[in-house]
Amino acid sequence: METWQFLVQNSHEVLLLTAQHAWVVAVSVVIAIFTGVPIGIWITFNEKAADIVLYIAGIIMTIPSIALFGIMIPLLSVFGHGIGVVPAIVALVLYSQLPIIRNTYAAIKNVDPNIIDAGTGMGMTRFQVLFKVQVPMALSVIFAGVRVAVVMSIGIGAIAAYIGAGGLGHYIFMGINQTNDPMIHTGALAVAIMAIVVDYVFGIIENRLVSKGLRA
Amino acid sequence: MITLERVTKIYPGSKVPAVDNVELQVPEGEICVLIGSSGCGKTTLMRMMNRLIPITSGTIRIGDKDITGMDVIELRRSIGYAIQQIGLFPHMTVLDNIATVPKLLGWDKPRIERRVDELLELVNLDPGVFRSRFPRELSGGQAQRIGVARAMAADPPVMLMDEPFGAIDPINREVLQDEFLKIQAKLKKTIVFVTHDIHEAVKMGEKIALLDAGRLIQYGTPEDLLTRPKNRFVKDFVGADRALKRLDLLKVKDAMRVNPVHCFDNDPGEKVLEQMIENDLNYLLVTDRESKLKGYVNLVDLRGHNGEVGDVVHPMRITVTTDRNLKEALSKMLTYDIGIVVAVDEDGRLAGVLNTRTLFSVVGETYDERGGRWGKIPANGSIL
Repeated sequence: METWQFLVQNSHEVLLLTAQHAWVVAVSVVIAIFTGVPIGIWITFNEKAADIVLYIAGIIMTIPSIALFGIMIPLLSVFGHGIGVVPAIVALVLYSQLPIIRNTYAAIKNVDPNIIDAGTGMGMTRFQVLFKVQVPMALSVIFAGVRVAVVMSIGIGAIAAYIGAGGLGHYIFMGINQTNDPMIHTGALAVAIMAIVVDYVFGIIENRLVSKGLRA
Repeated sequence: MITLERVTKIYPGSKVPAVDNVELQVPEGEICVLIGSSGCGKTTLMRMMNRLIPITSGTIRIGDKDITGMDVIELRRSIGYAIQQIGLFPHMTVLDNIATVPKLLGWDKPRIERRVDELLELVNLDPGVFRSRFPRELSGGQAQRIGVARAMAADPPVMLMDEPFGAIDPINREVLQDEFLKIQAKLKKTIVFVTHDIHEAVKMGEKIALLDAGRLIQYGTPEDLLTRPKNRFVKDFVGADRALKRLDLLKVKDAMRVNPVHCFDNDPGEKVLEQMIENDLNYLLVTDRESKLKGYVNLVDLRGHNGEVGDVVHPMRITVTTDRNLKEALSKMLTYDIGIVVAVDEDGRLAGVLNTRTLFSVVGETYDERGGRWGKIPANGSIL
């Protein structure tokens, strides 16, 4: 009840923080997709690179987020962006790489070799096999990776408030400092709802994008 | 025509050639079946023809062009390709699947759509129903048909087929084989067909190439392999029942007694009876003047009957058509427990008769390895 009151009284600020949060996550995820998917595709051509890339992405995943933000401060202050939105985005992009790269790589690798053989045998170039056969068939698994990355980014994005990136994490940290329960609850609830809604929306997009022929 | 000259494939790191010095010519418009047990090199040999596997040495020519000199993408687009596990693209509709090569070749949309409908009709699938289906919505047999249609999409003169009917139950396989042979009779493609099933080879092939350990052991017509196996290996491969396999190969028209003794339905009964008694016949086939089969009469019916034969004729229910194979005819004889079966052409005209004795003599005659003749039994003609 108190949480509800808080929410109503601060609705304007809640919306603002949500928008901030969403913006940081959206930018990160877009960058992560446009880096992770090509990297995932590229490493299907090069087994050695695949091992190395997946290993590095795995290591990044294991770094606690608070620590990663900490590491980023001295590195990015060289460019004058030690704290704020930029390090938050960089960290989220890095975290998103593993699920996106791994899923892209595995999905493309898992396409039935007979089907690739059929495509090649009918005279598709390597490029055509990739983009007319392998990627469309891998799309739903790639999408699963993106969804994991998005939901994860929304969660980790809350911690980015710690380095001044704003967002709903602001309420959570402030609430903890001030022992203001309604504030904590509002922040946490908003993050959770956002994650659920975005995941649902991505599910709809996935359904639109992935061929009906691939549905079980 | 596909010409293979001293074609050899040695996989890197292997000392033994996978394909060893194969010389082979597939005549224009014929089906050449590559057969052998698994690992004999038949698939490797086929895949070298569209350069999915690079040739180690030797030359392959399609028409008069050496394929090594050709652009590999262009080469593959000019060859129909159908594979074992069908290999339909699951994310594409039937239309898009069949249209794969035409799209790669840059055909315009109306032309592609017309071609797809034409092909669907060719493989006996209703375009209205199947055009927009996805592969997962097809039965095994339907998927195989689409696979064949896709291979033929751009009307390639040459087709490579790797066990295209492999993953199908025996009954549907027979149906698909029959359909495919019908299509081939019209289109006359030059086809290389890989299988490990000797029955399929005998049925589909105009030529059979038997391979073992990468070497071409024997190349010839199915007749050649069954009746004149070159060595012990071929003999074992075609099987101890190779005489029975010839039943698949030979058509009713090859074995039947043509123009068998018969009478016409408007012949006078008593005269026919007289002749039957004289020739010691218990029954007699009846046709009309256009030699359409009417049935048969027997002595009992004709005795005391003084009208036309046609009045007392019994209809003949069990017949075979001349273009069916002997196995089917024999199967009918066994099923209905009849010693003789009448062969008619497609229009129901009397063509010949087949009895167990002629059947066995045909199969038996050519059983020996020297290869005998199974020439037709002399004609007899009308009884009057």
